[in-house]
Amino acid sequence: MSADLTIILPEILLSVFAMLGLIGAVYTSKDGLASPLLWATSAVFLAVAAWIGFAGEGTNVAFGGMFVDDGFSRFAKVTILVSAAAVLLMSEGYMSQRGLLRFEYPMLVVLAVVGMMTMVSAGDLMALYMGLELQSLALYVVASLRRDSVKSTEAGLKYFVLGALSSGLLLYGASLVYGYAGTTLFSGIVQVAEEGVSLGLLFGLVFLMAGFAFKVSAVPFHMWTPDVYEGSPTPVTAFFATAPKMAAMALFARVMHDAFGGAVADWQQVMALLSVLSMFLGAFAAIGQTNIKRLMAFSSIAHMGYALMGLAAGTVLGVQAMLVYMAIYVTMNVGTFAFILMMEKDGQPVVEIDSLKMYSKREPGKALAMLVLLFSLAGVPPMLGFFGKLYVLRAAYEGGLAWLAIAGVIASVIGAYYYLRIVFYMYFGDTDEERLNGGKSPILWAMLMGSAAVMVLGIINMFGVEGAAAAAALTLVN
Amino acid sequence: MDNILSITTFMPALAALILAVFLRGEDEAAQRNAKWVAMATTVITFIASLFILFEFDPNDTGFQFVEEGTWIMGLTYKMGVDGISVLFVMLTTFIMPLVIAASWSVTDRVKEYMIAFLLLETLMLGVFMALDLVLFYLFFEAGLIPMFLIIGIWGGANRIYASFKFFLYTFLGSVLMLVAMVGMYADAGTTDIETLLNHQFRTETFSLLGIQIVGGMQTLLFLAFFASFAVKMPMWPVHTWLPDAHVQAPTAGSVVLAAILLKLGGYGFIRFSIGMFPVGSDVMAPLVLWMSAIAIVYTSLVALVQEDMKKLIAYSSVAHMGFVTMGIFAANQQGLDGAIFQMLSHGFISGALFLCVGVIYDRMHTRDIDAYGGLVNRMPAYALIFMLFTMANVGLPGTSGFVGEFLTLMAVFQVNTWVAAVATTGVIFSAAYALWLYRRVVMGDLIKESLKSITDMSRRERAIFAPLVVMTILLGVYPALILDIIGPSVAALVTQYDTALAAAEAATQFAEN
Repeated sequence: MSADLTIILPEILLSVFAMLGLIGAVYTSKDGLASPLLWATSAVFLAVAAWIGFAGEGTNVAFGGMFVDDGFSRFAKVTILVSAAAVLLMSEGYMSQRGLLRFEYPMLVVLAVVGMMTMVSAGDLMALYMGLELQSLALYVVASLRRDSVKSTEAGLKYFVLGALSSGLLLYGASLVYGYAGTTLFSGIVQVAEEGVSLGLLFGLVFLMAGFAFKVSAVPFHMWTPDVYEGSPTPVTAFFATAPKMAAMALFARVMHDAFGGAVADWQQVMALLSVLSMFLGAFAAIGQTNIKRLMAFSSIAHMGYALMGLAAGTVLGVQAMLVYMAIYVTMNVGTFAFILMMEKDGQPVVEIDSLKMYSKREPGKALAMLVLLFSLAGVPPMLGFFGKLYVLRAAYEGGLAWLAIAGVIASVIGAYYYLRIVFYMYFGDTDEERLNGGKSPILWAMLMGSAAVMVLGIINMFGVEGAAAAAALTLVN
Repeated sequence: MDNILSITTFMPALAALILAVFLRGEDEAAQRNAKWVAMATTVITFIASLFILFEFDPNDTGFQFVEEGTWIMGLTYKMGVDGISVLFVMLTTFIMPLVIAASWSVTDRVKEYMIAFLLLETLMLGVFMALDLVLFYLFFEAGLIPMFLIIGIWGGANRIYASFKFFLYTFLGSVLMLVAMVGMYADAGTTDIETLLNHQFRTETFSLLGIQIVGGMQTLLFLAFFASFAVKMPMWPVHTWLPDAHVQAPTAGSVVLAAILLKLGGYGFIRFSIGMFPVGSDVMAPLVLWMSAIAIVYTSLVALVQEDMKKLIAYSSVAHMGFVTMGIFAANQQGLDGAIFQMLSHGFISGALFLCVGVIYDRMHTRDIDAYGGLVNRMPAYALIFMLFTMANVGLPGTSGFVGEFLTLMAVFQVNTWVAAVATTGVIFSAAYALWLYRRVVMGDLIKESLKSITDMSRRERAIFAPLVVMTILLGVYPALILDIIGPSVAALVTQYDTALAAAEAATQFAEN
């Protein structure tokens, strides 16, 4: 028992931290404590990430297989923790300026992160659902953090209603799987599935996949994404676009390989379909957007399509490709949202893309960094985003899905158009009117520049992420 | 000097980085510094590339100055040059100082302008030196970014449309090549170009979606690469981005585009299509030859009716590239020799022609042919230089333009007489549009009021043209300068091509018996 507790010690410590933070703030100065709490949370996230990343070793199973701590989950956890820390740091200025910095915010993020860490380590349908709901409930609240704003509350409500529906689908799928496999443990399900997937099990699988697709916002379960991205306060949107996506994608991979690893043929086509739909819808729907947050919503849908392409391959290389892709995606999005957070006029946030006209004249440094990020998002070499795409293309091709690879590159050309449109406004648009001013935050500036630098310098050796992802993928698929 | 290739390639990028980080301000001093840094860098790069040329051994048909290092994803960082690529490297480093000199009058965002051109030079050099598939693709595609910005920021009135068209057109062409590269990696287990050149990709016929693919995997790979290189080249009917891009780009941008960027496609055809997919190339060669012949005739006719000087020269470039593709897919010694020669010579001639347009555009700010006439009266030096390059463009014997056209036509004649016959008519059309352009702009009486005070070329402008004049005449009179260097490598390539075809033929017959 104590051995089990050692394995989930990071999760326990984070939960305790969240409780203490809540109690501490309630009994003292409440929102006065918000800022120190936020900084402390980031520090704790980074410390836990370092601890997991450097000290974690081997595959440890706790609670009779309910909780798995392996290389795969550690890779995902480190990405989640680091990106959550980065996003929290970025939100401090924005939130406090607009009176949104309540002490509940960092604590809800901690709880969401604990949920995500449980998700990626789940070895059982029950543990999975627990983690997923802990994450989702915290996120619903965070989405409607700006409670006086109609859009923000609408975003929270929409997210909640659709999220509840997807949880229902997922739960129904889980119960079918339990019914036909006789166990909720992944290690048990995989044995049953290897002997042949019965119709009931197949139904359960499909419902599970629908639930996951909702969480990663893959088409056709993406409808909530643009509205929630638009309505939520921008730092929260940045959070939605990073850590939860990584967690949901990792969970997707875990269930598909740990529980249905012997039945790749049964889910490969569904996965490929989700992937191709997401890539194309993301590419086409973003073209007409004028709001940069909605545009990023569709961009993230398209990016999930590429990550799913890696999963659809159903191989070790595919999982590795997905992990590398997600790590790159998260880094790009941190930088991009740092830029979006700096878009303001007289202290008010601005989200219209055409406000960026001639931005490069006034802020050449920031414009250049954003240019790098945009080309990286579009997957144009020599940026790191290109290598992410190359990885998933290779995985898909070697997994026998050459048609998916071709569809993917065509979608990437269509997608390039709307990223270029932002470049067009920043560099080619002509206007003398000053549409943006202010936005001088050293933290945001550092995040933007750091992320852009990673996109350029990362092509030398990817900072070792590649090796870590390869090792992580090997522990999941065998 | 073990890594002379890397030094040459990345020197401009390094200078661009220094400019970006250290140069501040937009005042006159800062602008002058930016120009001089760019000028010095491109000249030093040219000198460095001279070392490559002098140390290069033409009789060694393998890759020389090879550098190799491990990289991510199991790829390699591998650079090297052989007889086919070394002169393209030289062309690039030779043209770039002239491009910078031609940009001396730029006043808008000079620092960014120079950074864009320096980065572009690094990327173009990288394309010709890369010996790893993905490294090649990286340089090949990354060049789109600076070019997109150059057209979009410093271009003419309709620059936005042109820049988007340029980017998306060429990007779409290239991504299919990327999938093919992934397929080659999967098939051969390596991305090393040297190894892949000796790898036999499968040629067994199979059916895909009910269509029999003759030449099998090689044909599919060929088509994917063709999609990219044909757009880049550009070949008819996917050439439509070129006139738009040329017309809207600033003069220096047009020069780089015509002199160097168009050569990437031709280089790719020789290195990849002929070198790696001989059977696929053989299957598709008749189609390519006819497309080339149509390109030569059709775009020459289109050039005849142009009102805009840059557009006219752009269409003439497409026609000249038709000779190149024709020579390449004749796939014999003369053809490949001629194609490479034509590309190098076109680099000098078309670059010079765009500079000629730039000279009078800087003075009158119009490219309309009708706005000019009788320039010879006020600009005798200009008239002489423009005449030389017009004649070279037509392919007058004694200029470099003649050698390339003659060699490619001779090569095609051996392979397909009809294509050669059609293409030869293009030579006549090209004389027609080029001479007519010259007559309308330079000859006649100077009657237009606005032209009465036009000045002849400045000393700087003459200095820019001098090296181009020398090269055009020198190569026209003594083509062995180039042919001696490319000859052995081309001979090796042709032998390998013929052997591969014979082997595939034998295999088919064996299978039938």
